[in-house]
Amino acid sequence: MLPGVQVGQPVAHRLAYLWRAPAWGRPLLVERSSWDRCRRGLSIEGNDVVEFFEATLNWPSWLAWTAVALIQCFLLINLVAGGALFFIWLERKVAGRIQDRLGPTRVGGKFGWLQTLADGIKLLAKEDIVPKEADPFLFRMAPYVSFTASFCGWLALPFADNWVGQRLNVAVFFIVAIVGLEVFGVILAGYASGSKWSLFGAMREAAQVVSYEVPLGLCIVVPVMIAGSMDLVTIGNKQAGYFTNWFIFHDPAAFVVFWVYFTCAVASVNRAPFDLAEAESELVAGFHTEYSGLRWSFFFMAEYGSMLLVSALAAILFFGGWHGPFPIISQGLVPALAAMTGASVDSPVLVYLANLAGCANLIFKAVIGVTVMMWVRWTLPRLRIDQVLTTCLKYCVPLAALCFLAEVWFQLYPHTNPMPLNRLQWGAPRASIEVREGWLPLSPVSPDDVQEAQLTHSQEHRG
Amino acid sequence: MATRLEDPRVVEFDVRTDEMLVNMGPQHPSTHGVLRLVLRTDGEVVSEVQPHIGYLHRCAEKIGENLTPRQWIPYTDRMDYLAGMNMNLGWSLTVEKLLRYELPEKARHLRVIICELGRIASHLVGMGAYGLDLGTFSPFLYAFREREKILDLFEEACGARLTYSYICPGGATADLPKGWLQKCEKFLDEFAPVIDEYHALLTTNAIFIKRTAGIGILPAEMAIDYGCSGPVLRGSGVDFDLRRDGEPRYTSMYDGYAFEVVVQKDGHYPRDHKYPPVPKEAVLGDCWHRFYVRMLEVVQSMDLVRQGIEFYSRSKGDWGTPIKLNQKLPKGEAYLETEAPRGQMGFYIVSDGSSIPWRVRARSSSFCNLSVVSELCRGCLIADVPAIVGSLDIVMGEIDR
Amino acid sequence: MSGPILLDRLKAQFGDKITGANLEAIDPWIEVAPEGLVEVCQYLKTQDDLQFNFLNCITAVDYFEPDPKKAAKVEWKPHIELVYHLSSTVKKHTLVLKVILPRWKDDVPGQLPEVPSVTSVWKTANWHEREVYDLSGVRFIGHPDLRRILCPEDWVGHPLRKDYEMPLEYHGIRGR
Repeated sequence: MLPGVQVGQPVAHRLAYLWRAPAWGRPLLVERSSWDRCRRGLSIEGNDVVEFFEATLNWPSWLAWTAVALIQCFLLINLVAGGALFFIWLERKVAGRIQDRLGPTRVGGKFGWLQTLADGIKLLAKEDIVPKEADPFLFRMAPYVSFTASFCGWLALPFADNWVGQRLNVAVFFIVAIVGLEVFGVILAGYASGSKWSLFGAMREAAQVVSYEVPLGLCIVVPVMIAGSMDLVTIGNKQAGYFTNWFIFHDPAAFVVFWVYFTCAVASVNRAPFDLAEAESELVAGFHTEYSGLRWSFFFMAEYGSMLLVSALAAILFFGGWHGPFPIISQGLVPALAAMTGASVDSPVLVYLANLAGCANLIFKAVIGVTVMMWVRWTLPRLRIDQVLTTCLKYCVPLAALCFLAEVWFQLYPHTNPMPLNRLQWGAPRASIEVREGWLPLSPVSPDDVQEAQLTHSQEHRG
Repeated sequence: MATRLEDPRVVEFDVRTDEMLVNMGPQHPSTHGVLRLVLRTDGEVVSEVQPHIGYLHRCAEKIGENLTPRQWIPYTDRMDYLAGMNMNLGWSLTVEKLLRYELPEKARHLRVIICELGRIASHLVGMGAYGLDLGTFSPFLYAFREREKILDLFEEACGARLTYSYICPGGATADLPKGWLQKCEKFLDEFAPVIDEYHALLTTNAIFIKRTAGIGILPAEMAIDYGCSGPVLRGSGVDFDLRRDGEPRYTSMYDGYAFEVVVQKDGHYPRDHKYPPVPKEAVLGDCWHRFYVRMLEVVQSMDLVRQGIEFYSRSKGDWGTPIKLNQKLPKGEAYLETEAPRGQMGFYIVSDGSSIPWRVRARSSSFCNLSVVSELCRGCLIADVPAIVGSLDIVMGEIDR
Repeated sequence: MSGPILLDRLKAQFGDKITGANLEAIDPWIEVAPEGLVEVCQYLKTQDDLQFNFLNCITAVDYFEPDPKKAAKVEWKPHIELVYHLSSTVKKHTLVLKVILPRWKDDVPGQLPEVPSVTSVWKTANWHEREVYDLSGVRFIGHPDLRRILCPEDWVGHPLRKDYEMPLEYHGIRGR
């Protein structure tokens, strides 16, 4: 809250507030609510670990920062690569079951769970071919560009309250921008391969991603508007409590926009029915026609990494993130355990356990999203390039824009919202909903909270 | 003289995009074997398609001039290798026509059962592969699952699953084994409900309709002019099916069978009321209609097999005696076309009186169906090329012979 | 329409361009002189009661016996027969036309015999004539795109000729 904005202002004032220039800069400020502060006891957010290294171990600042960066990269890269291993196996199992067959059954004993690893070893052993016509440097670089872009998105994605590589107050913006960068690798691959099929794939990808970024961005604005923040941790925490607090149930606009988001997300990560860049029945294999071995597998890892990323993003933006369908952190697990052990609700161990459960919760939701993408892939035929662009420009963009406007309306006139579930705020801790970063108070806030928020902000400013 | 900016050529040069020659095939996932299409493209738009064939040419006709008719039967298997039984039938009927051989009643019904099952198996591949061309993998495996059951039946009847050499001049190499008819009926009972799955996955799927309806429209006159036949011809609304309109030697095989030619007449298919309606976007002669005709023919063939089982179990006598390996052929020549799954498959035999034919000729249905592809693909998008080629349902073994 | 009536009608229309017929054969056929082929085909296609709108097949049969001992016994002179199988999707009847050609034009070996192309009548003749040209060595005058179709473009010889011998080598690949 900016100083000077009072609770219960008339609508005209709120509107005027929307237009005040400094308001747009506000999300760039770091928010620290009381709820956040109480969680900092055992946060693995970068800054806190740095603090630990610097203060407790007396490491120099540069070493502390580098160590933290390396640790986080190591964890995340293992998540992305391990995730790819798992999802490729899952995809083969899901595809198998959908197609009335078994999928891999042998490698690794049961269920073929080591199949992907075996394939990975095979890919490692394959010859690394660079075609004569290719631009060798760009050709070799392209898979890394793709994978790096897909991987970088993970840096700003929280897995639980404050469990995040680098907590950014513009995390949503960052992730959307970074995911869009993956297309560079694809275009580079298509251009550098020196093959016409690859070029076709790359051009299709470029056209598709550029057009789908627009509705994707519009869709993401809706939950951002509800939360009043671009910080994913804040967005996640705003949905604490029962599933009725999830943003997808906030109002009709948010409900509709989730489906648009999902469609656009599938398109932006190049999955069927939008997998035109690698349409195997038309373009042989599209942009990765000329790739083999490990380089090819990097594209694959990037694809699965992106899939999981957009699904996790959807889970945070619309499905409560690490907050389950039932309150775990505020009312469920933590208070129960606290009562049992006699520990404080803020005790680091309990918070850690709660966050672990939240992390599992988020990943579970993301895996469901990825599974749905697989289900779609093995069911639907592929669209044609003009139909893909039509879907985007004629359906997704107007729908997303309409939802955006509707969301503005519901923000201005909350009482017109026909879905009251979210307003009830069942099971939500007070602090997480009442302190708002930005412009419009959603529900009446108590003067105490306003004061506290202002205090927090002024402290941050001075610091 | 220096070129000035106002010069129209400058603008043209700046705006112009280069045409690109793209080689689709012979190693390409959706050219159904070794078809090579040279596409002249402007971006995604295809301005010209030039098919090149012959990568699977095995000189079958030349080989036929050095073998007796019965020895040549395995070579017919390898023409349309997805419908080997129907190829066997075409050649056997042609040789029988030359020999003026009259087939026993039981052999006739046996042939109807076997060939209509072959048609179902062939259309299943055509349907599944078409899904593959459009980027959906699952229907392909659903189709193959059912096809396997037909191949099991064939295997039991003749010992082979792909190249049967079962039907031969004079009848067939063996009678159907005991209990085969019951198994066949069981298969038909299981298969009937599966067709609805195919319709749900493909025929009525919104994306499928978008990809096929109104694409590759083949007018009836052009279809006839290019010698297209089979589902391609009937998909254009031409009411012509050799099983009804062919030579007596062939149509007499279907004497007593009740069936209706699958073609849209007065805006209706014969089974319109039972099967998914024609979508608004579909134009007669487009890819969707060709696909739909195949789907309905599967149902029709099931019906014919049921009738065939009925007739076969009632008829007395034997299943015919295959001609001798070195049977002397009368001097003369004979040409006969049969309705194979992919269209009219014709065989021509010229004999000089010895046991080895002087000349053998195979008129391939896919050969003519493919020749129309450059007309259909003019001005379409790259993604439509597999859709159109797939809807013609070609088999390169039959085209190149 | 029965064979004799059609034959009489064609003879009345085209006179000596109808050079023969065999109505007793299994598939009765009418023989046409090469120079009258296109008009006859056009006539057969356009007449309301004939409507032969469907060209099923074009076949070339090479009558030649390379073995001199056997050649002495055969009763025909060496020649090439072009066989056109026609049918009608409307009237549901069929017809066989034959054109007799010399094996070589002007009896000079290597000079392919010539016959007018019927691509102007039926488009399907395009590929069929290319195939006949490729495999049997008949040149179709007026064909828009007479190239080899099944054999490679640089193939030598016409494989379905009876005196054809497989080349010993093709681009380093052993032929026989």
